Amino acid sequence: MSTELVTQQLPSHKKKKEFALFKTWKRLIKNKMAIVGLVIIAFQLFIALAAPVIVGVDPNKQNLELSELPIGTEGHWLGTDNYGRDIWSRIVYGARISLLVGIGAVSLGLAGGVVLGLLSGYYRRLDGIIMRFVDLMFAFPGILLAMLIIAILGTSLVNVVIAISIWSIPTCARIVRGSVLSIKKQEYIIAMRSLGASDLRIMVRHVLPNCMAPIIVFATMRMATAILSTASLSFLGLGAQPPTPEWGAMIAAGQEYMWTSPHMIVIPGIAIMLVVFAFNVVGDALRDALDQGMSLDK
Amino acid sequence: MKETVLEVKDLVTTFKSADGPLPAVRGASFSVKKGETLCIVGESGCGKSITALSIMGLLPSNGMIADGSIYFNQRNLAEMSPKQMQKVRGNDVSMIFQEPMTALNPVFTIGFQIREPLMIHLKLSKKQAHMRGIELLRMVGIPSPVERMNQFPHELSGGMRQRVMIAIALSCNPSLLIADEPTTALDVTIQAQIIDLLNDLKEQLDMSMIMITHDMGVVAEIADRVIVMYAGEIIEEGRVEEIFENPQHPYTKGLLASVPNVDDPEFDLKPIAGSMPMLNEQISGCRFHPRCPYAFDKCMEKSPKTFHVTDKQSVRCWLQEEGVEQNGGRRASSL
Repeated sequence: MSTELVTQQLPSHKKKKEFALFKTWKRLIKNKMAIVGLVIIAFQLFIALAAPVIVGVDPNKQNLELSELPIGTEGHWLGTDNYGRDIWSRIVYGARISLLVGIGAVSLGLAGGVVLGLLSGYYRRLDGIIMRFVDLMFAFPGILLAMLIIAILGTSLVNVVIAISIWSIPTCARIVRGSVLSIKKQEYIIAMRSLGASDLRIMVRHVLPNCMAPIIVFATMRMATAILSTASLSFLGLGAQPPTPEWGAMIAAGQEYMWTSPHMIVIPGIAIMLVVFAFNVVGDALRDALDQGMSLDK
Repeated sequence: MKETVLEVKDLVTTFKSADGPLPAVRGASFSVKKGETLCIVGESGCGKSITALSIMGLLPSNGMIADGSIYFNQRNLAEMSPKQMQKVRGNDVSMIFQEPMTALNPVFTIGFQIREPLMIHLKLSKKQAHMRGIELLRMVGIPSPVERMNQFPHELSGGMRQRVMIAIALSCNPSLLIADEPTTALDVTIQAQIIDLLNDLKEQLDMSMIMITHDMGVVAEIADRVIVMYAGEIIEEGRVEEIFENPQHPYTKGLLASVPNVDDPEFDLKPIAGSMPMLNEQISGCRFHPRCPYAFDKCMEKSPKTFHVTDKQSVRCWLQEEGVEQNGGRRASSL
């Protein structure tokens, strides 16, 4: 009875999926700020991956004869610090650390937050308990919570990652819970239940993919916070320990030489600022791009 | 006589609220035989959808089956654990929803969604499920099903999506299909196609069907038997010819009188005065009496018992009692 309906050759599945991604990407790069952010992130990624190739100098190699060289010195274009270590190579290796810590903390935080958010959004009975627990975590100032955790676990970069990820959990849980609450009321979820799918299957296979947009945006923005917090904690001496070339630790070490060699704190400061700025801008742009991408009829 | 697939007895479904439990279904009893189509008709809020959701075990979290039993192939669904219900849903009983626009998950392809029940219940591999999915799409009359499997819901029209929903619901050969206003959100021409399709498939697969609707045209088209619900109660039941040609309950008459008739130029549309009572409204006697043009004193005092008009048709109305003249009833005092 419906064979008279238009029978046309339809594009294949692969192409379609790529097309949807491509459309989001196109919307993203329409945003000029996003391009700036993406370039900075790409550059950080590049120097982090290619660190040993780019810089021949060991970032921890001291040479007291060449200490506190200013910017533009031959062989040390960003100068050296008080121990004569090459600042450029320290910045490059620092990029590695900040990315690793950022990715580590965000993925751990997401893992915890997504699980808690899904459970609390999906099961009404768990909602009260989980959300009160989350409220409790919110009541603590973030950096204080991180310091507390590090005080318990001891100072090290790994513990910084754990501390920051724990601190990311409540925000992530709330965001995911909100999405789940609206998605689980959708008819397609009830339809899935009417087909006899188990709760776990519905949560993981049907609800979660529909929450991806806010999760992606959250993760990007959280990268910025995580990198900044790592720098802050290291600056306070709670994170990376000397001589690790961590940006925050570099600023802390450069404090005493602020008046004689300001580049020791200015350069890592700029590095932190650029990276945090880049992740925030890209997160913002992603939000706009995904927002349109997720609406059904466009 | 054909075997009974579903037997609902004295079903009471209530909702928790701040003012105590609100009964949405008040003691409904009916049965569906093999290969039969039962239509449940009534206004919005009369409890017809809640009856369906009770059978499926899909009531919202504040709703519960307070009393009664639902026997499906000799097993009481009302007493099953959620785990057991999961095995029944989609496999033995499945459901089609009103809104094809929102009943498909927007982020997955049609193929992904049609494979799901096949993989859950029939334990098919992804590849087998894919092949079966294509067959199912062809069965519900979707052109170029191979390509459709890889499309997303937003690329399909409303009618096509409803066909997909039907294909998904029928994927595991259920013995009972519950269709909750499956044509309400569609164009009139598409409505007719979907109704035809459901009728054909029902014959083809020899399943029973419960169709929930408020559209008397759909009822005339598809039903074998009809149940009329009002405010949570079944007030009249009978074969479709009996309901259309010889309605007994004033409410059924009212429903039929509020369907426009294009053939009759003299036809005057007669809406039923008043509106459906709230769930928590206390009404003494017959729940329809405040809106009933024939109500008399007894209607306000006692809830009517069931009167059998023929062996198939029954009605709950005091007008059926011996000695009551239909015209003798007077308008109930204003309430």
